Parts: sequence; C-alpha cells; structure tokens
Amino acid sequence: MINKSVHNAETAIQGIVDNMVIMLGGFGLCGIPENCIEALIKSGVKNLTCISNNAGVDEFGIGLMLKNRQVKKMISSYVGENHEFERQLLSGELEVELIPQGTLAERIRAGGAGIPAFFTPAGVGTEVAIGKETRIFEGKTYLLEHWLKADYAIVKAWRGDTLGNLIYKGTARNFNPMMATAATITIAEVEELVPAGELDPNQIHTPGIYVNRIFEGKNYQKRIEHKTTLTK
Amino acid sequence: MALDKNQIAQVISREIKNGDYVNLGIGIPTLVANFIPANIDVVLQSENGLLGIGPFPAIDHIDPDLINAGKQTITMATGASLFSSADSFAMIRGGHVDLTILGAMEVSENGDIANWKIPGKMVKGMGGAMDLVASAKNIIVAMQHKSQDGKSKFLKNCTLPLTGQRCVKKVVSDLGVFEILPEGGFLLIEYAPQVSIDEIKQSTEGKLFISDNVKEITF
Repeated sequence: MINKSVHNAETAIQGIVDNMVIMLGGFGLCGIPENCIEALIKSGVKNLTCISNNAGVDEFGIGLMLKNRQVKKMISSYVGENHEFERQLLSGELEVELIPQGTLAERIRAGGAGIPAFFTPAGVGTEVAIGKETRIFEGKTYLLEHWLKADYAIVKAWRGDTLGNLIYKGTARNFNPMMATAATITIAEVEELVPAGELDPNQIHTPGIYVNRIFEGKNYQKRIEHKTTLTK
Repeated sequence: MALDKNQIAQVISREIKNGDYVNLGIGIPTLVANFIPANIDVVLQSENGLLGIGPFPAIDHIDPDLINAGKQTITMATGASLFSSADSFAMIRGGHVDLTILGAMEVSENGDIANWKIPGKMVKGMGGAMDLVASAKNIIVAMQHKSQDGKSKFLKNCTLPLTGQRCVKKVVSDLGVFEILPEGGFLLIEYAPQVSIDEIKQSTEGKLFISDNVKEITF
C-alpha cells in the first residue's frame, strides 16, 4: 500500500528552497504547523512568499520566520498581532498583500479546484478593487479574483493516516483543508499518525489524494493568544 | 450621560431576533452576547469556522484548538458545528447570516464604513470585515461618536480607506441610535439619556435628521 509517511519535519520540508511560494495553515496560532515552521527556521531558506491568514506573533509561528528575515512577501488577511511584521512593513523591508479573509480562502480553494477566477462582492469600492475587473450581476457589483497556488503547502491536522487522509479538530481546521489542495507538494503534520484503515472514512476532512508527505509532529506548544475564562 | 461600551452592546442586543444567525465582530460587538435575553435563541457564527459559540471556558476546560475570531479561548454551544474558512465565508457571502455587528473608525451618511487601515500608521489588515460588509443582509455598527481628540466619526464622506460602500443600515454610538437613510443621512431615532439633540448635532459632521418619534433610550 502507498505510504506517504516521512520521519520528521526536516525530511518533510526537503525541496523547499529560496524564492518559493509556500502556504501555511492556521488562524492566529490555532492549527499552525509548528514542527515545519521550526524546521524552516533551522534550514535558513529565504526570500519566501508566505500565504497564511495571519503572520504569527512576535515570538511564535511565522513571526519567528519574519524575525529571521526569511520572508520576502506575506499574503494575509490580518496581521495585527505581530509588531515586527508591522515594523518591517512600514519601513518597506517586507512586501505584503492584504486580502479579505473570505477572498483569500476562496482563492486558495479555487486554486485547488481548478477554477482560475471567480467574482466576489468583497472589496468593491475599496482599495482592494484597484486594477481589478468588475461586473454587475443582478444589479450588484462584483470583483474578479484569481486563484492562488503554491509550490508547497504545509498543513496541520489532528489525526492522519499513512495514505495522507486527515481529520482536523475544533477551529484548528480553518485554512488547512483548502491549502492542502492548492500546492504542487502538500506536507501534513499531525498529532497522531495511524496506519491506513484506522480512520473512519465517514469522518475524513481532507482525502489523502491531496497530501504528498505526512509525519507525526512532536512537542506541540499550541500557544494561546488570549486566554479567556469564565472566572477571568 | 453618554452610553458606555456595555450600554451600547445592550442597546444593540435588542435588534436580535429569535432564531437569528449572528456574526459579532471584535470589541464592543463581542459584548453584545452578554445581553441577549434568555428567551431569545440565537446561533453565533465565528468566521474561523464555528457555528454555535458558547461561553468562555472554565479555567480547567481551556482548549487551544477552540478559539473565536478575536483569538480568545471559547467553548461550543449545544448543537455547534465546525467547518473550514472557505465554508465559513461561503455562508457569509451567500447571505445565510442574518445579522452582522461590527465596530468602525468612521461611517458616512450614505452607509460607507472604514475600519481597517490608517495609512502610514496602522496596517493590521481587513480580516473578514470586507467580506462581511459586502454580503450581510443586515449590518449594525457599534462605535464611539467622536474620536478621542473630539472629531466627529459620523461623516459626510469617510476620510480613511473604506471597508465597504453603502452597506451600513444602523449605527449605535455612545450618543444614540441612528438609521442610515437610503437617500443619505443619519436619522436619529433614539438618544442616550440626558444627551441633548444639540450635542448630537454638534458631534455629527454628516447630514443629520431627527425622527418624528425620537425618544430617549431606556434601560
């Protein structure tokens, strides 16, 4: 049987070289590929274009890659938690493309689904619309947005099997399922890796066809940005 | 007395109807959840992939894999469901969410909203706000009427980069409740206790109309 499992993050990121476009799953620090980010930092690869909803925080996630000056361009929807990002952006050291979150999600979905472009109302009449084709459907104006694809996608799931089938947990799903479909090579890191056949086919979120390499990550920190409780 | 943040949230909570699916933005809108009456059933949507936001967790039940759009730890309400960001914005873009409540830095008399960028100063990004305002069936904005240095945020035209055009239906500020008229203008329908209409006039740069049935907000 096909076996896509690799030993660890260092092996999984083989082939990611300078100037590539990579997608990284997660919303905030929730559902981010912690092991692969650490391996990318160790590898020293640079001039990356990173597509990710957020840019981590100063001390964790993609924020560490920014600090290490490995990122040439970020494509994101919200980067408010990262001061180093804001500093690099305002000083012109970092390129950034800010995209409405739903448009970002759909552009990635389109990239994986073979749809080169689509119309969406988000951003009509704003600076997001500058230079974009518009069209009116049923009296409402829409913007033409193009698919997004990457050389590598790195996603994080809760459980996975050796065929690359993935199950996510809670709101850690977020951008991971679409990113898994939209790259030439998709790497999945999971908290628990099981042999094919052990996951219930009814429960699988990402079918293994999209995943090229999978490994069981270790030492997940799962940092929380805002710990809020009933008792405060 | 101008309303405080909790009072603004409480006034907005009166707009929510039984059975509504509601998306609450970050800031004052998040507080609205605290004022939804017990006899009203609503489902709160979180743009990062959850329908059915529950209360904050007890300290021993924190799950880092369960957060809201503001990256706060949360729980799931009974009957909750989870999905991807693409599905989340499909339900937003598809017009399935009944009500969107969000904050703003500026609104204009024709319903434009600016809340994501101050050029050269603040570049946090629009997150899901542009998608929400472009597609929501009903949008209510919660905001302060004036900036900290006393400038009106109820404008003829927004000065900051827009988040969306002609989309806001109603604004609740610390001074009152305003409908945006289809032909342009803020229609005052309720004013905060002991706030004079003169004060509201002076604080509003855009066109202001006073409803014939204008009344004081009561709690």
